[in-house]
Amino acid sequence: MKTKRELVIVGGGPAGLAAALEAHKNGVEDILLIERDEYLGGILQQCIHNGFGLDYFNEELTGPEYAERFIDELSDKKIDVQLKTMVIDINDQKMLTVLSSKKGIEFIEAKSVILAMGCRERTREAIRIPGTRPAGVMTAGAAQRYINIEGYLPGREIVILGSGDIGLIMARRLALEGADVKGVFEIMSYSSGLVRNKVQCLDDFGIPLYLQQTVTKIHGQKRVEAVDIAEVDDNFNQIPETKKTIECDTLLLSVGLIPENELSQQANISLDDITGGPIVDQSRETDIPGVFACGNVLQVHDLVDNVSEEAEIAGKAAAEFLLNETKDEIKQSLEIAPGKNITYVVPHTLNINANTSPLIELFFRVKDPAEDCKISIKDNQEELASYTRPIVEPGEIESVKLPIKLINKSSDEIIVELITGGE
Amino acid sequence: MNERTIICLSCPKGCRVKVKANGDDIKDISGHECPQGIEYAKNEYLNPTRILPTTVRVKNGQIALVPVKTASPIPKEKIGEAMQKLSEIEVEAPVELGQVIVNNILDTGVDVVATRSIKEKN
Repeated sequence: MKTKRELVIVGGGPAGLAAALEAHKNGVEDILLIERDEYLGGILQQCIHNGFGLDYFNEELTGPEYAERFIDELSDKKIDVQLKTMVIDINDQKMLTVLSSKKGIEFIEAKSVILAMGCRERTREAIRIPGTRPAGVMTAGAAQRYINIEGYLPGREIVILGSGDIGLIMARRLALEGADVKGVFEIMSYSSGLVRNKVQCLDDFGIPLYLQQTVTKIHGQKRVEAVDIAEVDDNFNQIPETKKTIECDTLLLSVGLIPENELSQQANISLDDITGGPIVDQSRETDIPGVFACGNVLQVHDLVDNVSEEAEIAGKAAAEFLLNETKDEIKQSLEIAPGKNITYVVPHTLNINANTSPLIELFFRVKDPAEDCKISIKDNQEELASYTRPIVEPGEIESVKLPIKLINKSSDEIIVELITGGE
Repeated sequence: MNERTIICLSCPKGCRVKVKANGDDIKDISGHECPQGIEYAKNEYLNPTRILPTTVRVKNGQIALVPVKTASPIPKEKIGEAMQKLSEIEVEAPVELGQVIVNNILDTGVDVVATRSIKEKN
């Protein structure tokens, strides 16, 4: 069966929800939101801890509460939701191939598509831990789903590799449910999680954090029996004489997130090697006109609040794409590139037309922590603006708002740099 | 004299604030970079509290558990006991967001409330 749709949104997590609402608010009347799980809300539904919404709602919510606000708002709008449905292909003509047990295979021809598939966790395979392949090795997010949604305790003696926020949150969650968390091991010399989580998830429960240490081998036939741990030097080489064995029945991995872009690749959308997400302009439009991306599929965010805001940019832009018949002529096109001490910048390009907002917000990550520093924005000719920052960290997305009137008319590039104290 | 270092969580900077005290009588606070650090360290030293987010079993629900939280922070030392108490409870679906699951848990004056609506199993 083949149907036609104005706007199809792939993914019913925080990005898809906010994008759908914003597109609706801006006049799109035919919206289909597709979600593969049995309910909307995405990963928020298993993040039962508090700490969400401080920016967006000015109050502290748990993940499910944050999700339910959007789901409630959606329920009385003319937005079609299709659950338990998987998009298995998108092509560069915006034709989607969609699969569900209820309707079988369907083909949907969309005028516009918003990609909101989120991200997934890096696995044991992604970081190549040697050893046997027993049960009991899983990502922190998989364990979170078992405990918070399915109602299973995934193990009793736990070792956690990686000190990102999910790892820290799961250390506390497992400790609260009666498991013995033997420690969190981090290959870097600092924890990549928030200070708050280190204090309230580890220190509160007396769970040790070991820096510059990693898991070097997994033991056990049917079930994990132990893992080997070793210290690493500054180049991440294992120091063999520091090796020790820790008995445990479960190894949780919290070793990073990867935007889930298989569909984007099938559609031949250009991706950024660093973020792993599509290359987009300031309206979050990819290099296929009418296809937008937002949330963790575009760049892995620290806070869901920022996901919602980014999704609103994409939702509004999709509405403009669909409803504005006469496309405004682009007056100036610029590449936005990371310069000194910057890992990446989103958006990647800036296309200025008569309707472009006077302020453009740039989001980026720094390479290394720094204090009392300055963010400098340049074009081909000169520094356009600079912004001082008391402290910057790789674990926290930075942003600046650049007035576009500062950009020289003949420029075709904008560079973001971090200038630290000595320079 | 007791001495304890408390990491201030008022902002991401995370100052290490030193508290010197005789029992509950705080003699000196140092190491903070702004006044929020004094307030934070005082509270955290005398009466540390936490919001407790966890889950409770649901009977006949679309999913097996309903997420819950204490509606406001409770004393940190009561968290273990509160977990024990909540493990003994089962609620019947449907559950509404904000529904009180346990009234005044452990006489803290704080209710435990549902943080998600759960429909009945079809």
